[in-house]
Amino acid sequence: MKPLRKPEVEVLHFRERLVTASIVVGVGFVVLLLRLGWLQVVKHSEFQARAEQNRIALVPVTANRGLIKDRNGVIIAKNYSAYTLEIEPAKVQDLEATIDALSTVVEIAPRERRRFHKTLDDYKHLDSVPIRTRLTDEEVARFAAQRFRFPGVELRARLFRQYPLGETASHLLGYIGRVSQKDEERIDRFADPANYSGTDYIGKIGVESSYEEQLHGTTGFEQVEITAGGRPVRTLTRTPSVPGDNLVLSVDIKLQQIVEKAFGDRRGALIAIEPSTGDVLAFVSKPTFDPNLFVEGIDPVNWDALNGSIDKPLLNRALRGTYPIGSTYKPFLALAALELGKRRPDSVTYDPGFWSYGGHLFREGGPKGGHGAVDLMKSIVVSSDVYYYVLANDLGVDAIHDFMRPFGFGEITGIDVEGELAGVLPSTEWNERRFHQKWYGGETISIGIGQGKNAFTLLQLAHATATLANDGIVMKPHLVKAIEDARTGQQTLTVTAESGRIPLHPENLALVRAAMVGVTTDPSGTAYAAFVGAPYRAAGKTGTAQVVGIGQNEKYDARLVEERHRDHSLFIAYAPAEPGAKPRIAIALLVENGGWGALAAAPIARAVMDYYLLGKEPAAPPVLVPGAAGTTAEAASPRPAPRATMAAAPPATGAARTAVN
Amino acid sequence: MNAAVAGVRERLQDFTRALDPTLLATLGALAVIGLITLYSAASDHPGNFGSQLRNFALAGIVMVLFASLPPMVLRRVAVPVYCLGLIALLAVLVAGVSVKGAQRWLDVGFTRVQPAEIMKLGVPLMLAWYFDRRAGTLRGVDFFVAFVLVLVPVALIARQPDLGTALLVLAAGSFVIFFAGLPWRWIVGVAVGGLAALPLVWTLLLHDYQRNRILTLLDPMSDPLGKGFHTLQSMIAIGSGGIFGKGWMQGTQTHLEFIPERTTDFIFAVYSEEFGLIGTSCCSSCSWCWWRARWPSPAAPRRPSRACWRHRSP
Repeated sequence: MKPLRKPEVEVLHFRERLVTASIVVGVGFVVLLLRLGWLQVVKHSEFQARAEQNRIALVPVTANRGLIKDRNGVIIAKNYSAYTLEIEPAKVQDLEATIDALSTVVEIAPRERRRFHKTLDDYKHLDSVPIRTRLTDEEVARFAAQRFRFPGVELRARLFRQYPLGETASHLLGYIGRVSQKDEERIDRFADPANYSGTDYIGKIGVESSYEEQLHGTTGFEQVEITAGGRPVRTLTRTPSVPGDNLVLSVDIKLQQIVEKAFGDRRGALIAIEPSTGDVLAFVSKPTFDPNLFVEGIDPVNWDALNGSIDKPLLNRALRGTYPIGSTYKPFLALAALELGKRRPDSVTYDPGFWSYGGHLFREGGPKGGHGAVDLMKSIVVSSDVYYYVLANDLGVDAIHDFMRPFGFGEITGIDVEGELAGVLPSTEWNERRFHQKWYGGETISIGIGQGKNAFTLLQLAHATATLANDGIVMKPHLVKAIEDARTGQQTLTVTAESGRIPLHPENLALVRAAMVGVTTDPSGTAYAAFVGAPYRAAGKTGTAQVVGIGQNEKYDARLVEERHRDHSLFIAYAPAEPGAKPRIAIALLVENGGWGALAAAPIARAVMDYYLLGKEPAAPPVLVPGAAGTTAEAASPRPAPRATMAAAPPATGAARTAVN
Repeated sequence: MNAAVAGVRERLQDFTRALDPTLLATLGALAVIGLITLYSAASDHPGNFGSQLRNFALAGIVMVLFASLPPMVLRRVAVPVYCLGLIALLAVLVAGVSVKGAQRWLDVGFTRVQPAEIMKLGVPLMLAWYFDRRAGTLRGVDFFVAFVLVLVPVALIARQPDLGTALLVLAAGSFVIFFAGLPWRWIVGVAVGGLAALPLVWTLLLHDYQRNRILTLLDPMSDPLGKGFHTLQSMIAIGSGGIFGKGWMQGTQTHLEFIPERTTDFIFAVYSEEFGLIGTSCCSSCSWCWWRARWPSPAAPRRPSRACWRHRSP
C-alpha cells in the first residue's frame, strides 16, 4: 500500500529546490556574461590585434639585384628568370626514390644530384633545395602534368644571377652564392636583417661582395591574408621593392679579355690603371674560373678540380699574390736617389758586372764584363744591377722605406674589393719586430734590385706606376667607377678627388720618365724589341724576379717543379709618354715562371697599349721568341738559369740575390 | 462530417496546449541563431546547412510529438530506455567503432548511434521513475541507489572516453536527485567528498589528453601552438568580436580556418566573433529564458497546459 502523498507539500519543496537551482544556474550565467564582457570589451583590443596578426602575413618581395656593367656599358653580370625544381626535404620520405622518379620526368645529371646533396649538407636550415635549375618550357609542362606524383617537390620561378662572359674578369667580379650562417652574421653587422628576409643569395667575393649593400636593393613587402594553414587568400597592401643599384666598372671589359687571351695558359696578373682618375682599366689574375659554377652551389667534382689545381685558379694573384718585383723597382729607387740628393743625373757608377760587399760577391746577369760606366739614365735603360747595389747601400733600408711608403708599397691601396694583402716594405724597425734580428747591410743590397725581403702585390706596383705617371698625385684605385640608380640612370662617381700628393721635383720626375721611355725606344733598352714600331711613346721597365721555392701544400711533380722554379717575368709601363702628354694608361704585370721580363711580360704590355691607345686587337698571343727580334745585347744571348748565377748567399736570408734587366 | 472536423480541431488544440509559447519562442530563437551561425561557419561546406535545416525540421516534429505524450507514457518507457542505453553502452565498450581515438559509436547496420546520447534522456527519466515509485517513503538508501543509477552510465561514458557527455549526464542526474529532495547534509557530504576525491580522479581516472585539456583551458598560453592552440584561437575569436562583432560572414578567425571544429564544438566562438557581445548576450538571455520558462507558475501548479505537471492530477 502506497503511503499517502501530500502534493502541496511536495510542490512547495520542489519550488524551494527550483529557486536554489536557479540561483546556481543564474550565477553561472552571470559568470558567463562577465567572462564574455572581459574578453569582448576589456581585452578586445588585445585580441583584435592578435586576430590581425593571425590573419596577415608579411611576405617579402625580393628586390632585383643590380647589374654590373663595364665602363662602356657592356653587361657582365645580369639576372634572368627561370623555373627551378625544388625539393622540400622535410616533406619527402625517401629522397633518393623521389629523385629517381623525378629523373624519369626531367633530366637530372649526376652532377646536379651531387650538388643537391652538397647543398643539403652545407645549408641545413634551408626549407627547400633546388635539384634542377633552368628547366626548359617542355620540362616545365611535363612536370606540371605529373606534379601530383611528387609531394614536396615544387616548381618555382626564380631570378638567377648570370655572368654572360664566363671566365672573363671572374677575380674582380666574384660571385654570389646562398646565404650561409656566416653571411647571416655579416648581414647583422652591415644591414637590417629584415631587408634580407626574402633573400637567398649574397655576394661572396669580388665586387659582388664588396658592393653587396648597393647591389642588393630594398626588399618590398606584401601584406597577405592567409589561412591558418598558411594558404594565401588575397593581397591587402603592397610595398614594392626598390631594385639594387647598378655598378659601372672602371674596367674596360674588352681590354680585360685581350689581356686574359694574351696570357694564354700562363699564370700571372696584370693591373691597368688610368693614372689621372685611379680607374682600374683591367684587373687580371690568371688562371680564372667560371663564376657561374658557384651561384647555385658548386658540385664537388668541379670544386676539387679548382681547389686542388697546382695552378691555383681561385687565388687572386693581383690582390693576394705578393712577389719580389725585381728590376721594376729601379725607377722608384732612381727617383729616391735624386730626391734625397744621393745621386746627381750625371753621377757615374762603374759596372764591371759584379759588386763586392762584406766579403760577398754580388753579380749581375748582364753582358760579360758589365755595362761599364753607368749614369742614372743608362742604369734604367740597360737595367744595371751594380748601379743599384751601390745606390741601395748609399741610401740605406730605412731611407728607402720612408721614400717608398707614400707610393703605397707595403700598404693596402684601399681598392674597393676585399682581401687585399699589404705585402712587406722592409725597414730595420720592421725586421726587428718581425724577426727579432738586426738588419744586415747585405740585405739592403738585394733590396736595390727589388729582391730580398720586398714583397709587393701587383696592384701596389701598378698603383705606384700610375702615381709616377700622374706627377705624384695619388688617386685611389677602384674597380667600380660609378654607382647607377637602376630607375633613374643617375650615376654617382665612387672616387672624385685625389687622396694624396707626393712632393717631387719636376726635373727629377722628368729624368726618370725619360729613362723609362729609353727602355722601350733606345736600341739598348731592355724592352726595345717588344715596342719596336709603336706609333706612341711608352715608358716602361722590365723586371725578373727569382722564385724562392715551391709551397709546401703544392703537389709535387718533377716536370712542373722544374718549370715552377723559373723566374717570374715582370713589366711596368705607362703611355703615352711624350713630354707634356697626359698618360692614359699605366700597367704592371707579372707572368709567373715566365723567365726574363723582356720576353714574357713586355709583349703583353705592348698588346695592352696597342689596343687601348690604337684600338688594335692582337692576332695571336704576343710572345717574343728569344733571338727573333734580337736587337739588344741581352736578348740575343741566352740567359743563364738563375741557380747557375748564384755567386754568394747573403748571410741573413741565405738566398742568392741576382737579377738581370 | 462536422463531428470529424471538430474532432481534428480538438486534437490540434490538445497539441498546441501541450506547447508552451515562451519555451517554443526561446527554442526557436536559439535554433535560428544556430542556423545563421552554421551558415557562416560552414560556408565552405554548404551541405552542412541543408542537413542541419532538415534535422531541425525532423527534430521539431519529434519535439511536438514528445511534448504531447502523456507523462504516463514517459513513466512507462523510463526503465526500458535506461536499460537499453546501459546495454548499448556496454556494447560500445566491447564492439564500438573508434573515431578520432574514442570509442563512442555503435554500428547498428543502417546507421551509427551514440548510446551516450540516449543516456542524456535515459538517466533523468530513470531517476524520475525511481523517485516517483519511492515517493513519500524516501530514505537515505534511495539516494544511494539513485547515485548508483547515475554513476554507472557516467563511468561507462567517461571510459569511452567522452568526458563532456559524461559531465552532462552527471549534471542532469544530479539535478533530478537534487529536485527529489536530497538532504542538505548529503549535498554537503557529496561536495566535500567530491572535492576530496578530485586528486584521485585526476591521477587515476583521467587520460593524459583530458588532463591536458583542462590544464590548457586554465592556461592556454602554456602551449600556444600545440595543446593550447584551439582554446587560444577561440579566445582570440571571441575577444576580437568586441561589442558589435565583425559582422555575419566577416569573421576572420572563422573564415581563415583558425577556429578548429568551427561547425561543431567551437561554433560558439564563431558566433561570438561575428556578433560580438550583443550577440552573446542575446544568446545567453535566450538560454536563461528557456530555463526560466520551464518554471511552473506558482499560481497554477497543476495547469494542464504544462505537460510535466499533468500527471500530478489525482
